Amino acid sequence: MIPLPEPKANVLARRDAIVAGLRALLPESGVIAEELLLKPYETDGLAAYRQPPLAVVLPETTEQVAAVMAFCHRNGVRVIPRGAGTSLSGGALPLADAVVIGLMRMHRILEINYADRYAVVQAGVTNIGITQAVEGEGFFYAPDPSSQLACMIGGNVGMNSGGAHCLKYGVTANNLLGLKVVTVEGEVLDIGGTHLDAAGYDWLGLLTGSEGQLGIATEVTVRILRGPEGARAMLAAFRSNEVAGACVASIIGSGIIPVALEFMDKPAIHACEAFAHAGYPLDAEAMLIIEVEGSPAEQDDLLDRLKAICERHDPISLRVAASAEESAAIWKGRKGAFGAIGRISPDYLCMDGVIPTSRLPDVLHRIGEMGKEYRLQVANIFHAGDGNLHPLIMFDANDPDSLHRAEAFGADVLKLCVEVGGCLTGEHGVGVEKRDLMPVQFSALDLDQQRRIKSAFDPDWLLNPAKVFPLTTMTAPARAA
Amino acid sequence: MSELAPAEEAEIAVAVLAAHDAGEPLLVFGNGSKAGFLRPVQAARSLSLRNHAGITLYSPKELVISARAGTAMQALEAELARQGQHVIAEPPDLSALLGPNGATSQTLGGVVATNLSGPRRVAWGAMRDHVLGIRAVNGQGEVIRSGGRVLKNVTGLDLCKLLTGSYGTLAVLTEITLKVLPAPEAAGTVVLPGLDASGAVAAMSAALGSPYSVSAASWLPAEAAARVPELAGFGASVTVARIEDFAASVVYRTGRLRADLAGFGSGEILDDATSRAVWRAIGNARPLAVEAEEAIWRVSVRPSAGPDVVRAVGAIGGHSFLDWGGGLVWIAAPARESVHRAITTAARAAGGVWTLLRAPDALRAGLDVIPPEPASLAQITRRVKAAFDPKGILNPGRMYAGV
Repeated sequence: MIPLPEPKANVLARRDAIVAGLRALLPESGVIAEELLLKPYETDGLAAYRQPPLAVVLPETTEQVAAVMAFCHRNGVRVIPRGAGTSLSGGALPLADAVVIGLMRMHRILEINYADRYAVVQAGVTNIGITQAVEGEGFFYAPDPSSQLACMIGGNVGMNSGGAHCLKYGVTANNLLGLKVVTVEGEVLDIGGTHLDAAGYDWLGLLTGSEGQLGIATEVTVRILRGPEGARAMLAAFRSNEVAGACVASIIGSGIIPVALEFMDKPAIHACEAFAHAGYPLDAEAMLIIEVEGSPAEQDDLLDRLKAICERHDPISLRVAASAEESAAIWKGRKGAFGAIGRISPDYLCMDGVIPTSRLPDVLHRIGEMGKEYRLQVANIFHAGDGNLHPLIMFDANDPDSLHRAEAFGADVLKLCVEVGGCLTGEHGVGVEKRDLMPVQFSALDLDQQRRIKSAFDPDWLLNPAKVFPLTTMTAPARAA
Repeated sequence: MSELAPAEEAEIAVAVLAAHDAGEPLLVFGNGSKAGFLRPVQAARSLSLRNHAGITLYSPKELVISARAGTAMQALEAELARQGQHVIAEPPDLSALLGPNGATSQTLGGVVATNLSGPRRVAWGAMRDHVLGIRAVNGQGEVIRSGGRVLKNVTGLDLCKLLTGSYGTLAVLTEITLKVLPAPEAAGTVVLPGLDASGAVAAMSAALGSPYSVSAASWLPAEAAARVPELAGFGASVTVARIEDFAASVVYRTGRLRADLAGFGSGEILDDATSRAVWRAIGNARPLAVEAEEAIWRVSVRPSAGPDVVRAVGAIGGHSFLDWGGGLVWIAAPARESVHRAITTAARAAGGVWTLLRAPDALRAGLDVIPPEPASLAQITRRVKAAFDPKGILNPGRMYAGV
């Protein structure tokens, strides 16, 4: 288990006074401090870790967030921002002496402007909620993490979330124009706006994906895009991971950038098929889902080209959707993947490393070997176009040894990703989960530079502590003024 | 001025460390083609990256290229073109605007340090959106890295974006890894002649809000269109919208787009070669009528506010045209403080920002060349600057006086 820091005794001792102070700032239902009611906030998507916070606040306005932040800052109280609590890396895991600022009551869409192609929304609006608000006019918000029905845009900003379609449309950072951010002191900053490319330092880029280390976003201005005329998927099944990997390289090399290019290995195919009955080829070692966009004729043309490429790689089967319904059937298994794994294993860890795509067959082979060593099953699902792996490591949380082996296995997978030229996390964030692996990817100088930036925003390190950075002290003194 | 131009990163680090220890400011640059952007730097010593050049990794099938900061942009683009790929943000070559220094070849480091993007930015993102990894030397002479060579990466704070567009004031970029994409097989352009700025922005919003993946949209008033040989024949203002895709799709999509925009007038379609020439000219700001002694600004606003800025520029005797669907206003006007004030007032009123790209040193040293930050943000700027460059030796004053 990953250690959490000792709570501050002087904060725990003032618990009643702190709760009373928070109650003075918010409506009655906006402060939760009763043990039983804190229970739902004790964990997030990294459910093996649980820790109830000192209190939870549920502000409804930026001003209330600012008042809570100023109060906590004055009192030396740590703060944990939380959206829907779907983080798979423990990004919203509380500490015993911390106040959780839950943003789910900030769920209003403030402005939609189709001519200028943006929407201004509060941080607690769900990812899918943005698309649902604009799809009547044919628009959508592009990043589409698997948790999009639940996850909130504030959390997407915090983690720089991606999704299955970011090969074409980019991740959260590429789809934002502005943020309203509350600093640790409780000051409200307006970053960016409704225009492109603000002058000055790129605070928008730095804050996005900063995992609540630098401030809390309360309002987000997102770009909205007009959807394509249509989209259609095909499924290609192969005899080995090597062949499927070579096919991915051929597709990218052909000049076609599919809007999605998803890879599943044999265990993932079997788990998803048993769950969703999508008609996946059970004799295949690997399978690709490839999606293209455009008019029906353009889809036909692109799918013909892709089919020809796949045929050069000796496929077991090819299935090209003839309609939107057939596309949905192809996607059905992939989209239900997490549920499918949940059905065959009581618990699983979803890893999130990224590798250079050319290293794919080798890395999958080594992950398979590791699974044998650790005596744990693993299914691999990933965004093949951009090399973002999601090995799902199955374990039983009621068996401490099984959890221990799963965590060690996961760490080894991520070290392997770095070793072959990749990184620890492509879209889930570092959180608690990968905090202590940061020195695998970064030198002491690299990490100290990041820590000094953290100190520039949050000199006392009150914001979302024990995440992102290893708990060790800096190797050089903080030089931030 | 004493100038260093080391070939190796280790030598760059030594030079920065020496400047740090001596507390002496350094002018950091590549080939100096953009030295006229923003504020002038006062420094007795300078450090050029031009000899730290060369492509260090190119993996076309993984859509990544890495090169040292001093690599000539032309050389990088030529290497990509050999594999049928391109730099996504379409960075322009502004040498025609930038005077004597501008004639020298711009470097990758310069394009990244200024976050300079072209017409495709409106649809496909800015330079900062495609910087996957960086190596840099901070103001303490330490080599730092962020990001990497893979397409997705949220590991730690994103210094790639922070350093992109920071004009060498936080760290000296030494190596940059970019995401690249296959260059489209063909381009086509729908031209609508005769619209005023407001009508043009309405047409461009319809185009960019269409399902045809318009990759650029620009409006040139008649006098600006006349400066582009391929457009001069229209004898009127032109509104242009570009499609880039496979050839058959370009034919289909430009046809559909022209039909959808019929309410804005009868459009013409430019072929592949003409489109490429027209958009090269627009990206490089050739339509801007600018006298040798005039100043140049770029103003970024929400597209529907572009026409207000155009009108304000006209009222003070300046020239302008619109890119990014109306959201980018290129401006040339007399280099005077009162003119600058009028332009910044118009940009502010439109909720946007300005960047002064060219003006005499004496003038630009005394102006807010980009919008000043409110006090709380300015304090963070100073702290972050100190977190990279505690002695303030890297390009001091380049963006803000005293930073």
